[in-house]
Amino acid sequence: MKKKLKAVIPICFVFPALLLLGFFVFYPLVENFINSLYNFSNFSPERTYVGLENIKKIFADSTVSVALLNNLRYALVSVVLQVFIALILAAVLEQRFMHKTASFYRIVYFMPVMISISVVALLFSFIYNPQMGILNSFLKAVGLGDLARPWLGRSDTAIYAVIAMSQWQSIGYIMLLFIVAIQKIPGDLYEAAQIDGANKIRTFFSVTVPQVKEAIFVNTLITIIGSMLVFSEPFILTKGGGPGISSITIAVHMYEEGFVKDNMGYASALAALIFVITAVVSLIQVIVSKTGKE
Amino acid sequence: MFKPHQKNNLHPITPWQIIIKIFLIVYALLILYPLIWMLMSSVKPYEQIYRSPWSLPEKWLFENYSQAWNRGIAQYFFYSVIVTAVSVLGITVTSSLAAYGLSRFKSRIVDLVLLIIICGMMVNAQVCLVPIFRMLNAFHLLDTRWALILPYICFRVPLTTLLLRSYFLSISKDISESAILDGCNEFQVYALFYVPMSRPIMMTVVLLSSYYAWNEFLFANIFISSEAKKTIPSGLMNFRDALKTDWGTLLAGMVIASLPMIILLMVFQKYLVRGMSEGAVKG
Repeated sequence: MKKKLKAVIPICFVFPALLLLGFFVFYPLVENFINSLYNFSNFSPERTYVGLENIKKIFADSTVSVALLNNLRYALVSVVLQVFIALILAAVLEQRFMHKTASFYRIVYFMPVMISISVVALLFSFIYNPQMGILNSFLKAVGLGDLARPWLGRSDTAIYAVIAMSQWQSIGYIMLLFIVAIQKIPGDLYEAAQIDGANKIRTFFSVTVPQVKEAIFVNTLITIIGSMLVFSEPFILTKGGGPGISSITIAVHMYEEGFVKDNMGYASALAALIFVITAVVSLIQVIVSKTGKE
Repeated sequence: MFKPHQKNNLHPITPWQIIIKIFLIVYALLILYPLIWMLMSSVKPYEQIYRSPWSLPEKWLFENYSQAWNRGIAQYFFYSVIVTAVSVLGITVTSSLAAYGLSRFKSRIVDLVLLIIICGMMVNAQVCLVPIFRMLNAFHLLDTRWALILPYICFRVPLTTLLLRSYFLSISKDISESAILDGCNEFQVYALFYVPMSRPIMMTVVLLSSYYAWNEFLFANIFISSEAKKTIPSGLMNFRDALKTDWGTLLAGMVIASLPMIILLMVFQKYLVRGMSEGAVKG
């Protein structure tokens, strides 16, 4: 009797979380895979079974390749800039001489993370504005007037303008994750480096980088996953991936197929594609962070 | 605490440190200038934002703020406050209960639940969007505040549970054991000892879930259709379309939308690094 009761207690504590996750995370996940085998419309309960039609459609849809390419560009730029700059910022802010001002810089760099994407995107639509935008007038002021252009209005620059905004917003978050990792490095490693006469740059490469190797890897994967899910940035800034479909991402394409064109079945197939891509990356992340802990 | 001990602390600033400081200041300006521009332009009339975007406001037009507030932001703001407050409460209670269950007990079931929660972290909002939409529709919850609160809780709980769990694991077993000997039941140990002892990490959880719920856009944009029930992020989109060229008012609305979270960051910033570090969560 008592033993049975003992087994029940932990279940009571985790029950609310499991119930909620079941309803809003796991059931929808499974349901989405089933949905992708049907054609149906937004508000109607009936579905028509179409088998693998929607999956086949993905391969024939030219928008998918444009969108995936944009997601890849996103991932590439974000990994290079976010992970690289964030690591340097974190390492610098953890230096001893920064002791007094580090928390000021931390707040400033983290600030864009706290601001809603809709505010950030509206703000950048002002910055990129071809007539009054401060980006173009800054370029003219420093003598780079030739570079000034309608950043969001041209299909060759729109996606990069969106990506640039994301870097501005997200570097602070990855920086914070690196600060956490750097704070865990044992201090005697730095002392040893100092006794060996290593300068700051040497110390960074021979102590900091190897010690946060795992964090670099995990943060890279977090950034890649984030890049595959990008929705709000092009949805707001380039009004759904314009001009044309030049800055569309796979999540925006899914939204438009489902909630604009009412092809819910095909939207579900696209959602399944997003899940498969991100799940593979997260799986690597979980395995690596587990093994790193031992 | 762990940094290299420098023998002479009095040595002057090296050129290396100057280069670093310049780099940090330039980067800080790159972050701050757009925000300062937003603040400055929010008290300008349209013509001045258009013709001289760099200049300081000639006269401070605080009417932009009262305009923004009265033309819709007030409503979005209160709706956001309600949604955020209830979500944060839900996230904190649900995940601290789960974290207690996962850290106090050891069994196969507990391991399985932990695995389920880790898997929950890998599922993203995009893939669940259509099924949640249909489910909310079937339960007549679309276009109500629950359409946002429930998904917000569910998509934040895995992260916060893992964060709290690793903190709870560091609390000494002696505390719970002596409390049990004194006649406390498990729930009392949770409520009277674990929760009060984890204040710093709870602050981290509150911070991480507040800005998530306050800023979330995807669900907010799709699950809420009536103007009166929009939260600030999706409400701002309508605001932009309705205002056309009334930029000053739009910018004032954007400042109002951002202010609560900036203040929260300034107040709680020390818990951010400390909590993430003690919770040892990676993303």
